[in-house]
Amino acid sequence: MSEVLVLVDHADGTVRKPTFELLTLARRAGTPVAVFVGATEAASNAAATLAEYGAETVLVADDPVYQNVLVTPAAELLAHLVGSRQPAAVLLPSSFDGKEIAARAAAKTGSGVITDAIDVDADLTATQQVFAAAYTVTSKVAKGTPFITVKPNSVAAEPAPATGAVEAIDFTPSGTGARVVSVEEKPASGRPELTEAATVVTGGRGTGGDFGPVEALADALGGAVGASRAAVDAGWYPHAHQVGQTGKTVSPQLYIAAGVSGAVQHRAGMQTSKTIVAVNKDEDAPIFELADFGVVGDIFDVLPQATEEVKKRKA
Amino acid sequence: MRIAVFTKYVPDAAEERTFTADKTVDRDTDGLLSELDEYPLEEALTFAEAHGKDAEVIAITVGPKQAVAAVKKSLQIGAKRGVHVLDDRIAGSCVLSTSRVLAAVVEKLHAEAPLDLVLTGLASTDGVTSAVPVQVAERLGWPAATVASSVEVADGKVRIRRDGDTSSQFIEAELPAVVSVTDQINEPRYPSFRGIMAAKRKPLDTWTLDDLGVSGDEVGQAAASTVVQSITERPPRTAGEIVHDEGDGGRRLAEYLAAQKLV
Ligand SMILES: Cc1cc2nc3c(=O)[nH]c(=O)nc-3n(C[C@H](O)[C@H](O)[C@H](O)COP(=O)(O)OP(=O)(O)OC[C@H]3O[C@@H](n4cnc5c(N)ncnc54)[C@H](O)[C@@H]3O)c2cc1C
Ligand SMILES: Cc1cc2nc3c(=O)[nH]c(=O)nc-3n(C[C@H](O)[C@H](O)[C@H](O)COP(=O)(O)OP(=O)(O)OC[C@H]3O[C@@H](n4cnc5c(N)ncnc54)[C@H](O)[C@@H]3O)c2cc1C
Repeated sequence: MSEVLVLVDHADGTVRKPTFELLTLARRAGTPVAVFVGATEAASNAAATLAEYGAETVLVADDPVYQNVLVTPAAELLAHLVGSRQPAAVLLPSSFDGKEIAARAAAKTGSGVITDAIDVDADLTATQQVFAAAYTVTSKVAKGTPFITVKPNSVAAEPAPATGAVEAIDFTPSGTGARVVSVEEKPASGRPELTEAATVVTGGRGTGGDFGPVEALADALGGAVGASRAAVDAGWYPHAHQVGQTGKTVSPQLYIAAGVSGAVQHRAGMQTSKTIVAVNKDEDAPIFELADFGVVGDIFDVLPQATEEVKKRKA
Repeated sequence: MRIAVFTKYVPDAAEERTFTADKTVDRDTDGLLSELDEYPLEEALTFAEAHGKDAEVIAITVGPKQAVAAVKKSLQIGAKRGVHVLDDRIAGSCVLSTSRVLAAVVEKLHAEAPLDLVLTGLASTDGVTSAVPVQVAERLGWPAATVASSVEVADGKVRIRRDGDTSSQFIEAELPAVVSVTDQINEPRYPSFRGIMAAKRKPLDTWTLDDLGVSGDEVGQAAASTVVQSITERPPRTAGEIVHDEGDGGRRLAEYLAAQKLV
């Protein structure tokens, strides 16, 4: 069976959940091979968890150039691996980095690229949701090696133990491209990653700038906090939390929209959530058209009461 | 300072967006300049203003006949010159072919007089792949500084801020470079009455593949590197239960979550 390469998303060797989802999809179409870009020591720690989700081989690319130059070295690496290993496909996470690495490597190898897939079949047919998730489209790559980026939370990661043999890659990228001069870490919020969270509570203009009740409900539910663009533009919450067309696409088990009207650009980022709950004082707000459960009311009354009730039930 | 800005023509997201029988986007519906391409245009105009009269901002659109509206809007907003690549053979192109055409436009303009920057949107509002800017850079052999929430140009270099989830990166590249910008970077201006009148006298070139030296075999639906198999309209979400808060709204919300096993 041919190989399917999976570019590993990790923080210092701690593998992020979307990678396990990619390995789960990769198993359908071939033998998963994880491509780990980072320190060799970190890779040997990661190899065990990657193997748990089906990685037969863990290829390690350890070179500071991958940190110091934006996107280009990783694209050169994947183009090299496509040439040397002839995989059936390459799967990457649908982050900006993932999409750009895929696009560049695809251009280098004359391949087709499909972005933001929510599913990949055994025959490498990819499913996308387009036009603010109004349509479901399936497509296939017809040239070169398929490069497919997959959105987080699209499939459930399933363990399937494999060997996870660690192998160093003998390849040195050119080092040309845009340089990373410095990096500023953001303080950790202690909450789950927005795109990976099982629950997301989002505040909109209706918060009037007070995200306290939104954060309290998110914490009671163990969820992440999202924000509409109106809330972000007002400077009430960081852009990294924006849900929608120009922010993050989320697909959690539970999405709670508080003081959000439900504009088409917002829907584009949350429409595929499994259960949608809305709290809005305007009963004609379009968000109620999507809601499985809605409360017409003031978020400053409804959210704190819901938070207390959730805490009581959890206790 | 000479800057090319990519300005895509897209269907209006506020209207119903559909597909034609050949599984490509129906472009006969109402369309407009992609809202996310107003940001690179604004950024280019700000640079041009800082660099005096000799600065030139050129807006480039690849698309069908009606797509000229995106170029015209860009001229009204303030671009000095427009280029519309119009050729029926391009219809149904994938990102690989689209980037081929756009890179050829940049090469042609760069040969006329050197460009310093290509500014693009973060993503189109229809295809939304974010793949075009880096593919154009790849084809040109230029560096790409992407997802910029701020851009500075000095000493033959461009410096950008790239905000990620856990960190912000500060990126530097030699000019000429391709730079994609986010909607966090500026407040795009509206066309003024004077701008609308002035646009009528601005140069607007219409180029075909032959003008660009691109073969018809490299583009269009027949040559596409990705092929759409099926398109299905998603069933609308069925409206759920809506309750009015009568002092118990929060409790009822929690009860619903518990009943759905979400707590
Ligand atoms: C190119 C483009 C990209 C965009 N991308 C995004 C995107 O990524 N994400 C995004 O969210 N938007 C995006 N937008 C903006 C989008 O069109 C809307 O303007 C935005 O989503 C509105 O945010 P909102 O719902 O918080 O605010 P509003 O539309 O103002 O809605 C606020 C809601 O809160 C309710 N409310 C007020 N006070 C209370 C209260 N005390 N209790 C309960 N309810 C209350 C009101 O009834 C109202 O329904 C984009 C727009 C464009 C043009
Ligand atoms: C719903 C949908 C999904 C698609 N998915 C794929 C896919 O997965 N793979 C694939 O190969 N093709 C795909 N396509 C086709 C693809 O959209 C077109 O090839 C398109 O011309 C370029 O890609 P984009 O719109 O995604 O651009 P993006 O890469 O998202 O655009 C980024 C920036 O590039 C510039 N730009 C892009 N196109 C133009 C243009 N025509 N004229 C001027 N500037 C431009 C703009 O500045 C824009 O902001 C899809 C099309 C649609 C409608």
